[in-house]
Amino acid sequence: MQDALQSLLDNRAAMSALAIMLFISVLIIVAPLLSPWAVDSTDWDNIATPPDWSTAHFFGTDDVGRDIFVRTLYGGRISLLVGLSATLVSLVIGIAWGAIAGYAGGRTDQLMMRFVDVLYAMPFMFFVILLMVFFGRNIFLIFIAVGAVNWLDMARIVRGQTLSIKNKEFVEAARAGGVSTAKIIRRHIVPNLLGVVIIYVTLTIPQVILVESFLSFLGLGVQEPMTSWGALVNDGSALMESAPWTLIFPAMFLATTLFCFNFVGDGLRDALDPRDREKS
Amino acid sequence: MLRFALKRFLSAIPTLFILTALAFALIRVAPGGPFDSEKQLPPEIEARLIEAYNLDEPLWQQFGRYLGNLLQGDFGPSFAYKDFTVTELIATGFPVSLKLGSWAMLLALIVGVLLGTLAALRQNSRTDYTVMATAMTGISIPNFVLAPLGILLFAVYLGWLPAGGLGGWKSLVLPVIALALPQIAYIARLTRGSMIEVLRSDFIRTARSQGLPERDIIFRHALKPAMLPIVSYLGPATAAVITGSVVIEQIFGVPGLGRFFVQGALNRDYTLVMGVVVFYGVLIILFNFLVDIAYRWLDPRVEY
Repeated sequence: MQDALQSLLDNRAAMSALAIMLFISVLIIVAPLLSPWAVDSTDWDNIATPPDWSTAHFFGTDDVGRDIFVRTLYGGRISLLVGLSATLVSLVIGIAWGAIAGYAGGRTDQLMMRFVDVLYAMPFMFFVILLMVFFGRNIFLIFIAVGAVNWLDMARIVRGQTLSIKNKEFVEAARAGGVSTAKIIRRHIVPNLLGVVIIYVTLTIPQVILVESFLSFLGLGVQEPMTSWGALVNDGSALMESAPWTLIFPAMFLATTLFCFNFVGDGLRDALDPRDREKS
Repeated sequence: MLRFALKRFLSAIPTLFILTALAFALIRVAPGGPFDSEKQLPPEIEARLIEAYNLDEPLWQQFGRYLGNLLQGDFGPSFAYKDFTVTELIATGFPVSLKLGSWAMLLALIVGVLLGTLAALRQNSRTDYTVMATAMTGISIPNFVLAPLGILLFAVYLGWLPAGGLGGWKSLVLPVIALALPQIAYIARLTRGSMIEVLRSDFIRTARSQGLPERDIIFRHALKPAMLPIVSYLGPATAAVITGSVVIEQIFGVPGLGRFFVQGALNRDYTLVMGVVVFYGVLIILFNFLVDIAYRWLDPRVEY
């Protein structure tokens, strides 16, 4: 663990990505204090104006006079919120599925993993869109739907890790000592999964944010007055020719955040488990 | 081989069943369709509706009827486009999406494998890092961000390519590239990793020690085994391209199946949306089946 951490700290690219991520997070949290404008306040004097420091519209305004700076940062809050919550959902489902499959082994494991394989190639996005269409754009539904799309990778990795932990001596000792299966899973397997889980959480968050942005871009994501980066990119695309700043700033924030998460996740993965470098 | 094919085919059937069952269930449960008994209708009309849609039959029989219709290619009438059946709409949209998707996959495979091989050959060099960083960017930037930027640059500012629509090969360039980019990135990464591993293996060392020219080694001996992970990625890749086409067609105004899907979603056109999902689902399952066969042909050690 020690040299893994050291290897990560030495990885300058990953460290800079981490720093950028922290910077963006701080920016997002501190947003309201930095600007006199609110998320939905319309400034009738400045409709679709480019960035202008004198009016405190740092990123310009959109076609109804809303400040892009504040909206981008607020959108960031929603995007990150959905990202973290949906990842949590993914985490719970994935760990449960993977740990049970890995620990049970045999037929159960085969069945459960076959299920994962079958689902792996399905265009889940379509089902998520369907759910949004049929049941409305409730933000909790978004958490669950988006989370349910991304648990497959986590389940696979957790199962693999469980299999290797299961065969270690201390688990065998626990079993010989009569500890119940549930307790073994809870007290020995799950804590040892932490390393792998952290890696994949870091890699799942950007995927989840991507799914949410996709939905919002199609107009099926979070509802007004809430906005997210995806929705902002959608709005910006419509104004692309006349007011490119409405697209560029949210797009930059979205792309940079995703990039950084992916980079750090990759860095963590390389640091903790060099064998996995080839897997995407 | 035949037994293997049969086994895989049989295991595809439960998947198909689950897919259609889910589709059927969603249509029945969705609020706002003709099956919604919350709407207040005069009793005669309600009776006629029930009769027309066979709602008085037991559920399993309705499902059977739905499956039967599906097998005959009947997806039902479109709710929003009143004069068309879903089948007709799919028949109009699919060839367009197919063209787009096929070109995108082809581009992704060729460019991805080339870039990945290049990076593998020059591992840890500047070329390697550049290629991998670009790949990372390709994965991180969503295609619905790149596409409008692409339009902005190439269509609006430079005027080289049309901004959308369908007509002539020029209008395909941007959508195909936008669709292919994330896949190029993924495939490049996969190829690089796989190639590095293969190049380290013993038989390559033997070939080198026997003095075979490097080009022969790469293209005739290393490439085929290195392609295995790519082949198994083809399944999820197709799913990703199909998913991506939804957004790309919307942005570029290409009249393909993806755009029908989005319009259907926004218009609450349940049968259309359902039909597209089932159609694509069947396609993907079929494709995965073919990929499995191809993989087995390439590497007979594989077992299921």
